[in-house]
Amino acid sequence: MRNVNLTIDGINVTVPENYTILQAAATVGINIPALCYEPGLEIVSACRLCIVEVEGVNKLQTSCSIVVQDGMVVNTETEKIKNARKDILQLLLDNHPNDCLTCQKAGECLLQDAAYKYGVVFREHDGARKAGKVFDNSSPYIIKNDTKCILCGKCVRTCAEVSDRQVLTFANRGFDTKIAADANMSLEESTCVSCNRCVAVCPVGALLDRRFSGKARTWEGQVEEVQCKVCEYGCMFEVLSKNGKRVAVRAKKPIVGRPLCLKGRMTTEFLYLDNPDTTYKKVDGKFVEASWEETMGLEGILEKLLKQNENEKIESEEK
Amino acid sequence: MIKIIINGTECMVEEGITVLQACRNMGIEIPTLCYDERLRAHAACRLCIVEVEGKSNLMTSCSLEVYEGLNVQTHSEKVMRARKDLLDLLFSNHPNDCLTCDKSGDCKLQDYCYEYGVARGTYEGEKRSLKIDMTNPFYYYDPSKCILCGKCVRACQELQGTSAIELNGRGFETHVGTPFELGINKSTCVSCGNCVSVCPVGALMPKRSKYIPKTRIWDQREVRTTCSYCGVGCQINLVVKDNNIIGVKPLNVTPNNGLLCVKGKFGYKFINSPDRLKTPLIRKNGKLEEASWEQAYAYIVERTNEIKEKYGSDAIGGFASARCTNEDNYLFQKLFRAVIGTNNIDHCARL
Amino acid sequence: MTNSIEDILDTDAMFIIGSNTTENHPVIASHMKQAIEKGAKLVVADPRRIEMADYADVYLQIRPGTNLALINSMIHIIIEEGLEDKEYIEKRTADYEDLVELVKPYTAEYAAEICGVDAEDIIKAARIYAKAGKAGIFYAMGITQHTLGTYNVMALSNLSLLCGNIGKASAGINPLRGQNNVQGSCDMGCLPADLPGYQKVMKPEVIDRFEEAWGAKLSSKIGLTLSEIMDGAADGDLKMLYVFGENPMVSDPDLNHVKHALENLDFLVVQDIFMNETSEYADVVLPAASFAEKEGTFTNTERRVQRVRKAIDPVGDAKPDWMIFMELMNRFGYEKQYNNPSEIMEEIASLTPSYTGISYERIEETGIQWPCPSKDHPGTDYLHKDAMARGKGLFFPADHRDSAEMADTEYPYILTTGRVLYHYHTRTMTGRVDGLNEKVSESFIEISENIAKELNISDGEVVRVKSRRGDTETKAKITPIVNKNVVFMPFHFADGAANMLTNTERDSICKIPELKVAAVRIEKIV
Repeated sequence: MRNVNLTIDGINVTVPENYTILQAAATVGINIPALCYEPGLEIVSACRLCIVEVEGVNKLQTSCSIVVQDGMVVNTETEKIKNARKDILQLLLDNHPNDCLTCQKAGECLLQDAAYKYGVVFREHDGARKAGKVFDNSSPYIIKNDTKCILCGKCVRTCAEVSDRQVLTFANRGFDTKIAADANMSLEESTCVSCNRCVAVCPVGALLDRRFSGKARTWEGQVEEVQCKVCEYGCMFEVLSKNGKRVAVRAKKPIVGRPLCLKGRMTTEFLYLDNPDTTYKKVDGKFVEASWEETMGLEGILEKLLKQNENEKIESEEK
Repeated sequence: MIKIIINGTECMVEEGITVLQACRNMGIEIPTLCYDERLRAHAACRLCIVEVEGKSNLMTSCSLEVYEGLNVQTHSEKVMRARKDLLDLLFSNHPNDCLTCDKSGDCKLQDYCYEYGVARGTYEGEKRSLKIDMTNPFYYYDPSKCILCGKCVRACQELQGTSAIELNGRGFETHVGTPFELGINKSTCVSCGNCVSVCPVGALMPKRSKYIPKTRIWDQREVRTTCSYCGVGCQINLVVKDNNIIGVKPLNVTPNNGLLCVKGKFGYKFINSPDRLKTPLIRKNGKLEEASWEQAYAYIVERTNEIKEKYGSDAIGGFASARCTNEDNYLFQKLFRAVIGTNNIDHCARL
Repeated sequence: MTNSIEDILDTDAMFIIGSNTTENHPVIASHMKQAIEKGAKLVVADPRRIEMADYADVYLQIRPGTNLALINSMIHIIIEEGLEDKEYIEKRTADYEDLVELVKPYTAEYAAEICGVDAEDIIKAARIYAKAGKAGIFYAMGITQHTLGTYNVMALSNLSLLCGNIGKASAGINPLRGQNNVQGSCDMGCLPADLPGYQKVMKPEVIDRFEEAWGAKLSSKIGLTLSEIMDGAADGDLKMLYVFGENPMVSDPDLNHVKHALENLDFLVVQDIFMNETSEYADVVLPAASFAEKEGTFTNTERRVQRVRKAIDPVGDAKPDWMIFMELMNRFGYEKQYNNPSEIMEEIASLTPSYTGISYERIEETGIQWPCPSKDHPGTDYLHKDAMARGKGLFFPADHRDSAEMADTEYPYILTTGRVLYHYHTRTMTGRVDGLNEKVSESFIEISENIAKELNISDGEVVRVKSRRGDTETKAKITPIVNKNVVFMPFHFADGAANMLTNTERDSICKIPELKVAAVRIEKIV
């Protein structure tokens, strides 16, 4: 592929011609803030935070969608851009609960990062806030909190990547826009398979891993990356430890060929956690407690293995 | 040794210790905001309260000495409710700005609110709003974030021995201040920053300088090392973001036991100074010009050999550095003795 | 230090002489204040009314250069009052009679006259020191930077032995080292007569051992000291100088002399983290890594070997000093390679008896205090526990003499020098920290109200200070910290440099220059 040369913040950059400005900037260590951009997912330019100034173009351009051109001169942190970003962030914060104090996402929340970087804080206002049924804790695996949702749509896009899932969609219009599961069902009633792809890509605290919540703050403890041992896809998980105890497993972002699934995640929990919580499975649109064998799809097999172990032990003792 | 009961478990503990210490020895975590093992018990934050059999009031475990037969509950429902209420009260008079607060991630109040599930302050009403003291060049004091645990005041008095700050005002107006409210910079403060190091919340914070990038605690890492100023050899953690040193934290180990001086705590900014030498220089036509390491080495070897040949090894001398490591100094004298062949080595121990 | 820093907390009495502890070793001063809070007594002797004087039971504002008279007098009083530790003297010391003989004339009145203090206070000080169960002596450059420096130190040792304070916890004699690794660089043999571990170059068996270990021929001729190297350069005998991590163009006495010496060199290599006043004269400048950019160890003032760890990559092309020396050695044809400073420490341990038991593995968590003669030795928290390292503790009494330069009509004031809290040495580091510069931004001279009146100088006025070596301009600071004809300047500043004035006259034994006493004159600039 042909390379093109352009200038970003005064730095000369050479990248393949199909790169976007955002990708090109990243190659020289310039991180343009973005909430709805996710490598591997369709580009939608929804959050507008990645706007940059391109010389010769009047309007601010979304760097996630504009492809580089030879001789392009781009600035990513001008006063104009900063002011626009501040406005965007302020509007997002205006409709977002102020609870970083205890929010499970704090420490890895892109909205928090951007607000910190641009010095935007929560403000008092008497405008409207999201209303109605905004909190879905019907699933033992996912907490869905629409008050924190910034409608970036990453969850919808990643869910749609797997053909037999496609559970999440946008529902309603304008201020009432929300992310819905199937026909506006709870996660429990819906066809959601708790693969947690959506949780892994959510930039804010709108979709959280319920089994990780309350166990540790994101900045506490250690993170260990492990690969799933269930099937040949080899999806990646994170094992989180606090005070020397392994307390939670969560999914890393899915990539092509690594789709994530509940079975894999639970098997990883079983293999790594010191004290894993009870597991649940969905039966006729209801979550019910399940045994580890059921969850891991090992009914009968575990007993066999244990028995074999036992037999071997007896044999060796007899010897 | 005496026998006490903690959460229904009998245990033998040393006489004279507090209930808090006994619990910690057993691995039971009791929340505290004002306790520091190096300071006299203060019992200000009340968070360490426990339920003692036979006492109607909850007792502060940091100040309660163990006694034979003592029976305590550290996490009973009554205790948990009281702690939650205390945190609620504290946070009700605290700015809700963890979104952008620089202490976020290293804040005791935040930690406990998370642990005890206090998501917001429910006591509505006036919040304390006093002026931030920005007078000191190294750190600032924001009374609105102060929880009045008094750790800074006590560290300044009991550990540092300076007594520059005190709790001023009464009731709702109480705050950390200096005599006659002249501002920290006009007090006897020696800017050691030991108050900043002990502050559990974001009330006493180091100032950021223009060389220091804005970062969150979860984007930083810490590396333990030894301070490079005087001969005390204080143990510190360098706070690192990318390739920048952005802070210093004292370690509570020998020989400094959690203390530092102004140079150790705040004098690190030279490390990433733009003036640092970044490349070898060789003098050409009277001017120092940039050169490669190979050029510099070759030039030094050539000139040294010339001088050695002409005047002998003892026409060469070296000044070692009392600032550099043992390994640096060892190799320097080895270079001079084993390779150049002279004992003309000294350093500024005498200066 | 014979003893440990944490030891201070349990001491009964402290005698601080020639150390402005709160400014130069603030964390040790905090430990001292904690000890005082716990009931320890304190005697302070210093020409300036330093902060620790406020905490003292007795404060002796002695004239600069009169330490020896004071110490001898304290010894005199202790012996006269029968407060010495007779059993200890009997068992653990030798040559006691010499001491008794020498201090005879040093009555409190006699010393009071020399030192310019009250006789009564000397007696009080002697009693506090002698009556304490565990009494520690703390000193710094105020004791050593004199023509009598070595004798001053020996006198302190005499005093300490007299009361049985050596080989005891929370007591001892404790020099407070001013730089992070002065102790270590001495231990490592960066001295003209000593190989690592103070093994003398004159001893054939030592040379043999190192020649074998290093595979090189070594010289057994004692080298030149720092001041001698400077003199050699000035005289043209010394042709090449390699300076690393040091700035003699500010720190050394008599800067005119230093300048001349550096200009006279054929070849000057300077290795540092910044350009400094010395590297302006260099032929080659090498960029070194800072302490945050390399692995290694420092040995602190209580002999504790502690780890230094790499936190960031060296800036630009800078390299750790050890690597520069290794690469240079290799280019000279000496092939030894080290992959990591821990391998250098292994070599150090194999050749340095007091470091034998030290390895990176062992000091990962807590540093070890040398001597540490074996891999399972825990290190030594205080020296001479059961016996003196050399057998018996010898008394080395010496008489007081005047400093090399005394005030006279031409130069009527005595200048003494030192540091301030907010700066460090020649400010190559602290001068780049805004806040520290805000606290103390420029050179100054402390003068008393009396001198100010005498010369009609107001606070903050720029004055010219002259000595027989040179002159400089600096700001007058009128303060009650100094009295009589004593004035003080910090030596940090290249502009208004105290070392334009100081005396290069040296102690005859360890060649330390008399930086603490110089006769000066102060002139109003009109």
